[in-house]
Amino acid sequence: MSDWSRAASARLAEHRAADELAAPSATITGNRGLQIEEKLIFEQGSPGRCGVDLVGSFPFRARLGGLERQGPVGLPGLSEPQVVRHFTRLSQKNYAIDSGLYPLGSCTMKHNPRLNEKLARLPGFADIHPLQPVSTIPGALALIDTLVHWLKTLTGMPAIAMSPGAGAHGELCGIMSIRAALEERGDRRRRVLVPESAHGTNPATAAACGYDVDPVSGNLQGRVDVGALKAKLDTDVAALMLTNPNTCGLFENEILEIAAAVHAAGAFFYCDGANFNAIVGRVRPADLGIDCMHLNLHKTFSTPHGGGGPGSGPVALNAELAPYAPLPWLVHGPDGLELVEHKKGEAQQAIGRLKGFHGQIGMFVRALAYMMSHGADGLRQVAEDAVLNANYLRVRLESDLSLSFPGPCMHEVLFDDRFLKETGITTLDFAKALIDEGYHPMTMYFPLVVHGALLIEPTETESKTSLDQFADVLKTLTAKARSGDAASFHSAPRWTPRRRLDETAAARKPVLRWNPEPMDQQAEK
Amino acid sequence: MSTFRFTRDHEWVRLDGDLAIVGITDYAQSQLGDVVYVELPEIGHRVEKGKEAAVVESVKAASEVYAPVSGEVAEINEMLTTDPATVNADPMGDGWFIKLRLDDPKELDSLMDEEGYRRFIEEQH
Amino acid sequence: MRYLPLTDRDRGEMLAAIGVDSIDALFADVPSPARLDGLVDLPKAMGEIEVERAISRIASRNVAAGSIPFFIGGGAYRHHIPAAVDHLIQRGEFLTSYTPYQPELAQGTLQYLFEFQTQVAMLTGMEVANASLYDGATACAEAVMMANRLTRRRKAVLSGRLHPHYREVCETYARFVGFELCALDPAPGGGEDLTKLVGRDTSCVVVQNPDFFGEIRDYSDLARNCHDAGALLVVVVTEILSLGAIIPPGEMGADIVAAEGQSLGNALNFGGPHLGLFASRDKFVRQMPGRLAGQSVDADGRRSWVLTLSTREQHIRRERATSNICTNSGLCALAFTIHLALLGETGLTRLAHLNHAAAVALAERLECITDVRLVNRAFFNEFTLRLPRPAATVVETLAEKGVLAGIPVSRFYPNRPELEDVLVMAATEMATAEDMDRLEMELREALS
Repeated sequence: MSDWSRAASARLAEHRAADELAAPSATITGNRGLQIEEKLIFEQGSPGRCGVDLVGSFPFRARLGGLERQGPVGLPGLSEPQVVRHFTRLSQKNYAIDSGLYPLGSCTMKHNPRLNEKLARLPGFADIHPLQPVSTIPGALALIDTLVHWLKTLTGMPAIAMSPGAGAHGELCGIMSIRAALEERGDRRRRVLVPESAHGTNPATAAACGYDVDPVSGNLQGRVDVGALKAKLDTDVAALMLTNPNTCGLFENEILEIAAAVHAAGAFFYCDGANFNAIVGRVRPADLGIDCMHLNLHKTFSTPHGGGGPGSGPVALNAELAPYAPLPWLVHGPDGLELVEHKKGEAQQAIGRLKGFHGQIGMFVRALAYMMSHGADGLRQVAEDAVLNANYLRVRLESDLSLSFPGPCMHEVLFDDRFLKETGITTLDFAKALIDEGYHPMTMYFPLVVHGALLIEPTETESKTSLDQFADVLKTLTAKARSGDAASFHSAPRWTPRRRLDETAAARKPVLRWNPEPMDQQAEK
Repeated sequence: MSTFRFTRDHEWVRLDGDLAIVGITDYAQSQLGDVVYVELPEIGHRVEKGKEAAVVESVKAASEVYAPVSGEVAEINEMLTTDPATVNADPMGDGWFIKLRLDDPKELDSLMDEEGYRRFIEEQH
Repeated sequence: MRYLPLTDRDRGEMLAAIGVDSIDALFADVPSPARLDGLVDLPKAMGEIEVERAISRIASRNVAAGSIPFFIGGGAYRHHIPAAVDHLIQRGEFLTSYTPYQPELAQGTLQYLFEFQTQVAMLTGMEVANASLYDGATACAEAVMMANRLTRRRKAVLSGRLHPHYREVCETYARFVGFELCALDPAPGGGEDLTKLVGRDTSCVVVQNPDFFGEIRDYSDLARNCHDAGALLVVVVTEILSLGAIIPPGEMGADIVAAEGQSLGNALNFGGPHLGLFASRDKFVRQMPGRLAGQSVDADGRRSWVLTLSTREQHIRRERATSNICTNSGLCALAFTIHLALLGETGLTRLAHLNHAAAVALAERLECITDVRLVNRAFFNEFTLRLPRPAATVVETLAEKGVLAGIPVSRFYPNRPELEDVLVMAATEMATAEDMDRLEMELREALS
């Protein structure tokens, strides 16, 4: 037995010892009703089997330069019924917005409309090549232009860079534009200020662009300490990266003062737009003094999370930063919309390309369909209902869980683990028990500014009934935690396809692919 | 002399002949959780007191290990590459990270002794 | 409003429970100069029929690739996607789930990512692959940055036959992240001596195979030269299907493979969302960007899947992360995995052969046209022609006649007169003999 397996068995024994409530007795197959144990595709194939029928018209005569593949790739052969069954079974092991409330703070897990999917699949969008002559795709340019118009109006900013592929990519775009603008000014600044509560992508982005990251502390009200910020603002600061509403779910009420201070120091004000859902249609970032802000189409504008992607992160830019937007640009020329793919004319100072081709048009269609379905009135209602839902949960839960910052919140509410003090139960244990109750846990241990954070964002697509049910469960779980039943929390979850995983072993001896060899030999290599 | 000295960042150092052995304390390893990976400097690399000397990773966190004193890396603990769990099992002994050829032994004087470190941890809570 | 479940009555009850008179009270922290009292200047909510009509109208202004003879490649390829793929990825549990940070609730996602990583490693002949990046071009830039970290050098050499968008993305990252690039000129058909540019300060050499002009080469010698100088070889693959027919980069000695996976499972989508593939060697895994799905056991000792080596990533390492990446291309990776699962070994080989056969048939026809010269010695499903007149004009003329005849290279290199007559064309399993008849006829006429 390898070291790895020995360690895994030891852990197993620990969990079993702590597990006073035994799981139901095992079945023959290991299946449990609709929950099917499913092997890897590589463990199910047969040579020669294929799930696609391909008939060719042209004879095969190799002109591959003698570089034909010699050995097999090693892929398994499966028929279509097997493949459909395999992935259907896998899907049944996933929680999703379609199955239940997903209270992940700062992720905005709102309903993903199916109209979006239908329209994104129109051949006029899905079946067009980015390098077709522009004369054959005027609709693609019109689609992008329409979305740009909506985003400009909602943000109040004069320019939108559409190509970044995700939020973090948008952050990169923003900080690169800022650096380009400063270089153009001949102004060499080396630091970027980032609140301690910021999402990890913020400092990662600033560092990637060559800046030193200088953290700014928060105050007792959960907002940026403006005094501390001003003390750090000097001519060596290139930018402040702020999330607003912030990662504690609170609106930075001193934001105008912050913007003025940042500008007075000659720096740029970057806003992480992850939480735009709280203010869309009610506040325009330009009116807050923001110079540059990325948006997450997969958060505020309902494009599906898809198990982790794809996303889309357009960036709103002020007039000073607009000339540095990445290629390609969409401009209104004398003959209509033009795609500018090179650094010439107006786009002379563009920072260059950040991605292949032109941007995530598949996500643009979805976002626009969503926006048009809501309209100016609907989008404003989205922000209001999002904020209302979060505050409703706040008042229903504040006497059970420990609210980190007093007073109203915006679209998400932050609790910390003080309410679990002396129970022997951690935020993690609490979250795992919530899983057994049929809920995906809220965001845990983020932001870092409170201990054992629990950040809840219901979004506007949850009904009052759904919120009441969720609040009731949390209240009951809290009572249970306080009653001294730590063991059941430690052994949670019990009712999921898999119980708690050994993440340590996975990281110490990573196994990141299937190999046609026994596991023991693999571990010893 | 094998007295331990401690830093406010929870590193320990003790002299062994003319080398200074450096590791992280029991408190540090308990805060980190199961150590999954250790990134050690190369032999011959120079470290400065207070600057990063190594990195220790657990499943949920990655922490810099700062050099408590300045010097040149004379030895590194290869065992931590194959068995990072040693840091958790024996942080003050077998879980050592690096051995430094000291620039200036007097740098040890400004560090906390065992009693001082114990009080320091108590104050943290 | 069908997506908003709250009724006015609900809102009233909730406001009362909260203890405020109106929703405005909950926006009190917004400074008054920034408060919008009215609606922004955008259309009001439209019904489903209206939205569909409006957006469909925009879509119908585009010429869909499937509606006419189509021969464009250049880093995005039109392939047949089996019907099952799109149905499966639209299952709500795949479409509307989040990143699998709670593995107990996401074994479906984690297992398919593990299968995806295995497929990518197998195809590329490498040891380990990640759970995808945004696209091939950003994967290429990430590969260079990884090579810089591993070698502790800051100068990368880029082949002139690398897709120009990939080079441009590398240039953007080089400028701001702070490293050097030495990019050669594009020279279709000509020689390119990369070896002499590899020195003790080179972190990596980046080549593409098949290259932007479709040519296929063996880079084993270059790999050896790189390794002798302590540098790494990065191989880019923009048409992942080619690896069903030709020797993969891993068997040529590549250290990192950065590729585009759109060809399998994913529609053209006007260039996005696409699918970045990233593969390397086990010894380099801790310097790899992006997410990784790994194998483990759960509390009952059952084999399970979990995101691992996360401490490299931004949410833990913050400013010391290997990359700032947060999102992968999840659903696109799933589509890839399903498509490749359906194809299997025999299907992949067959599909690759069908592509090559179509391209060979097309090339043989076109090189018969007077004054048209085929540049490639070898190719997979994409090749380069030199025409007797500017390719851009020819392509525009043919587009007006209802034929999409490849890409004029001058679109990428407008300042290089020597490339004015160069045309890159692709033919996949979707090209029919009738399509080729139309193309040949129109091309002959345009050149006469």
